[in-house]
Amino acid sequence: MIRTEEMLLNVGPQHPSTHGVFRLVVKIDGEIITEAKPVIGYLHRGTEKLAEDLQYTQIIPYTDRMDYLSAMTNNYVLCHAVETMMGIKIPDRAEYLRVLTMELGRVASHLVWWGTFLLDIGATSPFLFAFREREMIINLLNELSGARLTFNYMRVGGVKWDAPEGWIEKVREFVPYMREQLKGYHELVTGNEIFMNRVKGVGKYTKEDALNYSLSGVNLRCTGVKWDLRKDEPYSIYDRFDFDVPTRQNGDAWTRYQCRMEEIEQSLKIIEQAVEQFPAEGDILAKVPKIIKAPKGEAYVRIESPRGEIGCYIASDGKKEPYRLKFRRPSFYNLQILPKLLKGENMANLIVVLGAIDIVLGEVDG
Amino acid sequence: MINGLLESSPGILNFGIFFLLAFVLLMVVLGFVTYAILAERKVMGFMQMRMGPNQVGGRWGLLQTIADVLKLLLKEDTIPKLADRPLFIIAPVIAFAPAFMVLATIPFTDKFQFADIGVGLLYYIAISGISTVGIVAGGWASNNKYALLGGMRAAAQMISYEIPLVMSVIGVILLAGSLNLNDIVAAQEDVWFIVLQPIGFIVFLIASIAELNRVPFDLPEAESELVAGFHVEYSGFRWAFFMLAEYVYLFAMASLTTVLFLGGWHPLPFLAFIPGAVWFALKFSLIIFVLIWIRSTFPRIRADQLMEFGWKVLLPVALANIFLTALLKELLKLF
Repeated sequence: MIRTEEMLLNVGPQHPSTHGVFRLVVKIDGEIITEAKPVIGYLHRGTEKLAEDLQYTQIIPYTDRMDYLSAMTNNYVLCHAVETMMGIKIPDRAEYLRVLTMELGRVASHLVWWGTFLLDIGATSPFLFAFREREMIINLLNELSGARLTFNYMRVGGVKWDAPEGWIEKVREFVPYMREQLKGYHELVTGNEIFMNRVKGVGKYTKEDALNYSLSGVNLRCTGVKWDLRKDEPYSIYDRFDFDVPTRQNGDAWTRYQCRMEEIEQSLKIIEQAVEQFPAEGDILAKVPKIIKAPKGEAYVRIESPRGEIGCYIASDGKKEPYRLKFRRPSFYNLQILPKLLKGENMANLIVVLGAIDIVLGEVDG
Repeated sequence: MINGLLESSPGILNFGIFFLLAFVLLMVVLGFVTYAILAERKVMGFMQMRMGPNQVGGRWGLLQTIADVLKLLLKEDTIPKLADRPLFIIAPVIAFAPAFMVLATIPFTDKFQFADIGVGLLYYIAISGISTVGIVAGGWASNNKYALLGGMRAAAQMISYEIPLVMSVIGVILLAGSLNLNDIVAAQEDVWFIVLQPIGFIVFLIASIAELNRVPFDLPEAESELVAGFHVEYSGFRWAFFMLAEYVYLFAMASLTTVLFLGGWHPLPFLAFIPGAVWFALKFSLIIFVLIWIRSTFPRIRADQLMEFGWKVLLPVALANIFLTALLKELLKLF
C-alpha cells in the first residue's frame, strides 16, 4: 500500500525569502500547504517599553528601526503625535521637507519591495535595477540627514537639518529620471507571461476579509476600498497636492503589484508639486521648549506609510517621557491574514503570497 | 585516427592514447567550465549594471573561478549525521559522470570527435537521463525536507521535459535520415536545420533549458523557495561536482544544439576560409550567450505550470512538428 504522510516544514527564520527573521511552520502534503503557523518575535526589541524611559526626542531613533525601509514616515508619526498633543504649528518649509522625504521614502520602499518580490519569484535583474534607483534616493536623504537608512531626521516641531544648496534641484531632476526608469520596469516585468501566471489570482481575498482582518495600505486598496489617509484624513500638508489613490478590485497579488507600481507614480507626482511649491526660505523648526513635555492626556494619530496605516498612541502624565507609547504597526496587522491565505496553496505560491503582503520584520516584531 | 585505433588489437599503447585523449577532453571541458562561469557572471553583471568579478586575476577577474574552486577544495567536507552515507557520497558522481560521457559523441569539427556512434543522438539522450538519478538520490540521501522537495521536483521536471526534447529532434532525424550526429551535420551543408525546423528548434531550446535546470526552469534549486533544493546539504567538493555537472551539461547541450540546428562546423556562405572549429565555437558561444541572457531576464515558472506547459503545450507542438515535417518531406518528394 502506498502511504502518504504530511510533512512539517520549517520555513525560516533563516530562509532567503522571509525577508528577515520571520518563521513559518507549514504542514505540507506533497507541495500543498494544509496548515501554516507564523512565528514572530525574533526581532522584538521592546521599542514601546523602552520608550517609557526615554524623552520624546530620544525615541525618534528607535522609530527608524521599526520600518527601516521608510524610516521617515515612522519619524513623522511620532513627531506628529507629540505635536498634536502640544498643539505646535509647524513652519511651512519644514512641512515641505517632511513631505518630500516621506514621499521619497515611499518610492524607495516600493522599489525595494518590487526588487525583492521579483527576486522571490526568481528574476534576479529587477532587484539590481530597483536598488540602483533606490541608491539615488538614499543619497538624496543622506545629504539631508547624514544617514542612509536610519535617518533620525525629524524633530518635534520640524526637521533637524535644512536642505543643502542644490538639493531641491537634485530632487527635481530625479522625478523625470525615475519616470523613465519605471517605463523600463514595466517593459521588463509587467507584461511578462511567466510573471503574470505567477501572480494572477494568487493570494486572493475579498473586501470583507480585508476589512475584517484590519488590513490597510495597498493590501486593502487592492480589494477596491479607496482608503488612503493622505486623502481621507489629510495630515501635514497633503491637502495641497493633487494626486490619485490607485485601487483595484480583484484583491490578488497581481493587483497589489499594480497598485504599488502606480503609487510610485503618484508619489512622484506629489514630489514634483512639492518641489514647485517649496518655499525659498523659512524656519525648519518651530519654537519649541528645550525639554519637550507633552501635556497630560492622550492622543492617537495615524498616517499612511508605504505599508499601510501606521498609528501612534501616546498617553502622557505631563512628564518629559511618555507614560505609555503604542505603535500601530501596519506590517504586523497585514501579516495576520497569512495563515488563511496559505491554506491549500503550494510552496511556490507561499513565497508570492508572503512577498505580496510586503512586510518589514522590524515593524512586525516592534 | 580514432577508428584505426579502435580496430587495432588492444594494448597498453591504445589504452594510453585513449586515456590521454580523454584527459585532454576533460581538461578542455574544465577550462570551458571555468570560463563559462566567469562569462556568465560577467555577462549577467553587464546586463544588471554591475561589474561582475574584477578582483582576482586582474580587471577581468580571470582567476576568480579558479580561486572559487580552490576554496571549495579546501572546505570542510560535511555529511549530515542522519544522511544515507553511501548514497550521499555517490550521488554527485552519478550526476557528473553522464555529463562527461555524453561529450564523447559530439562532433566538434569534421575530424575531432571521440566516438562516431551510429545512434549518437539516442546515446546522448539516454545517457543524459541518468543524471536525474544522481539528483534525486542526492535529494533523498540528504535527509532534508527541502532537498527532498527539490529532488522530487527534479524527477518530475526531467521526465516531463525529456519527452518533448526527444520529440522535437525527430523532425531533424526525419530530414537527415540518420541518428548519427556526423550525418546530421553533413545534411546541413546547404541549409541549417534551424531554417527547416523552426518549431522544432524552439521546442528543443525550451526543453533543453528545462533539462539544464536553468532559469526560468530552475525549480529543483529554486533558491527563494527551497533554499537550494536538492544540494542544500552538500558542501565543498561534493557540491562543486553538482555545479560542475550543471555546467558540463551546459557545454554539452550548447554543442548539441549547434550540431542539430546550427549546422555544426559548417561556415556561413563565402566565409569558408575560416576553419570549422572557429565556426563551431562561435555558434556554440551564441547559444551560451542566449542562455545567460534568458537567465537574467525571466522569473521562475511555477511547478504545476511547468508540468502543464510541458505536457499540454510543448509535447503537442513537438508532435505536430513531426507530422508536418513528415508530410512536407513526402509531398516534396512527389514533385
